[in-house]
Amino acid sequence: MDDAQIRREVFAALQGIAPEVEPETLRSDRLLRDEVDLDSMDWLRFLAALHQRLGVNIPEADYQKLTSLDALLAYLAERLAS
Amino acid sequence: MIEFKLPSLGADMDEGTLLEWRIAPGAAVRRGQVVAVVDTAKAAVDVECWQDGTVLDLLIQPGDKVPVGTPIATLLEEGETAETVQRPAHAAKPARPAAAPRSATSAAFAAPPTSRPRISPAARTRAAERGVDANRLSGTGPQGAVTLADVEAAARQAKPLDRHAAMRQAIAAAMSRSKREIPHYYLAETVPLGAALAWLAAHNAGLAPERRLLPGVLLLKAVALALRDYPQLNGFWQDGAFRPAAGIHLGVAVALRQGGLIAPALHDVADQPLTPLMEALGDLVQRARSGSLRSSELSDATLTVTQLGDQGVDGVFGVIYPPQVALVGVGRLAERPWVEGGKLCVMPTAQFSLAADHRASDGHYGARFLAEVRRLLQTPDSL
Repeated sequence: MDDAQIRREVFAALQGIAPEVEPETLRSDRLLRDEVDLDSMDWLRFLAALHQRLGVNIPEADYQKLTSLDALLAYLAERLAS
Repeated sequence: MIEFKLPSLGADMDEGTLLEWRIAPGAAVRRGQVVAVVDTAKAAVDVECWQDGTVLDLLIQPGDKVPVGTPIATLLEEGETAETVQRPAHAAKPARPAAAPRSATSAAFAAPPTSRPRISPAARTRAAERGVDANRLSGTGPQGAVTLADVEAAARQAKPLDRHAAMRQAIAAAMSRSKREIPHYYLAETVPLGAALAWLAAHNAGLAPERRLLPGVLLLKAVALALRDYPQLNGFWQDGAFRPAAGIHLGVAVALRQGGLIAPALHDVADQPLTPLMEALGDLVQRARSGSLRSSELSDATLTVTQLGDQGVDGVFGVIYPPQVALVGVGRLAERPWVEGGKLCVMPTAQFSLAADHRASDGHYGARFLAEVRRLLQTPDSL
């Protein structure tokens, strides 16, 4: 799966939780949970959606690596490549 | 014969507009079945029936706005038939409250002033139902007539704004009443959560996100278990006296993405294991946001819990949701300096607050309740 595909799936998962999000306006280097105003329940649903869409099960221990959208995309690319 | 009345939809919602019936005369209904969908200031609500029976008459129609407590249908009890019961006067003629801004007949027969646009009686009626000012619409029909489709389009456009304003009004009314009537007292306690979070991390390790527990669920369960021992905080102040509630149903404050909040009830929190509780919470939050709550969820909460910690505040002192008598607030869960056994260490903590009605309980009682919540969270195995 290439980066563009990963990005599409991530945005689709995000919009399932926060329909008002417009991918173009997201600042991808900012704290994702602030940019999209995700609370802990939203975050968990977002991870569940990523798990279903991409088959990547992100453990709690890795949450701290996933601060921004850029970081999340890089993390997913690495997990999918291995 | 049973008169089915529009049930309470919470302290801040005192009327509802029928959107649709889910039952028809002659149909059997069961306790707990959704019989109608009613629009309120905050959300569309699935109204549940509280008796078994057979539908005799529907007393209101879609578009009718009625206060809570208004009979909206009649049901036959077992053994009754339509012939054996005496129908009340209003059953024969559907009730139409004078306050409702719709009257098909008067709109149809009134001679429209010449300045008004052409509009069909059906479109005018629909405009009244949807709260649209038909006189301000520009029509797309023949000779500029306003059509049903024009009204619907205008109603769709107006809806989010109206809903937002209506929700602010509803919150304003309930919170003003709370601060006017309820003598609040406030307590706060910092609760160490090292044991609870370690237990949670071990529990969640290896689980798919769909099955993980959130810290919030442990906190809700601890509050509910503590309420078993402190029943004076779990119930309602009604008619000048405290009435303890039979069950422990926690109102969970949910911030809505479009603004405003709603605090639907999570039922029987003390009795449920954590995993089903987490599923029920996820389902409740999602339905609160998508606008498909049940009437019981809007009226059953016996104490409300608000967790604003996700937004980064250290603590929150809430306004009690009448007629409840207490509200628990939870602030941000974060690592902070902590002293234990004479040593300084780093400990995840959160500030728990209690806002309680001084008519129903005293500070000493409230303090012991918070101490019990704290004690329970030190032994997460027991939750």
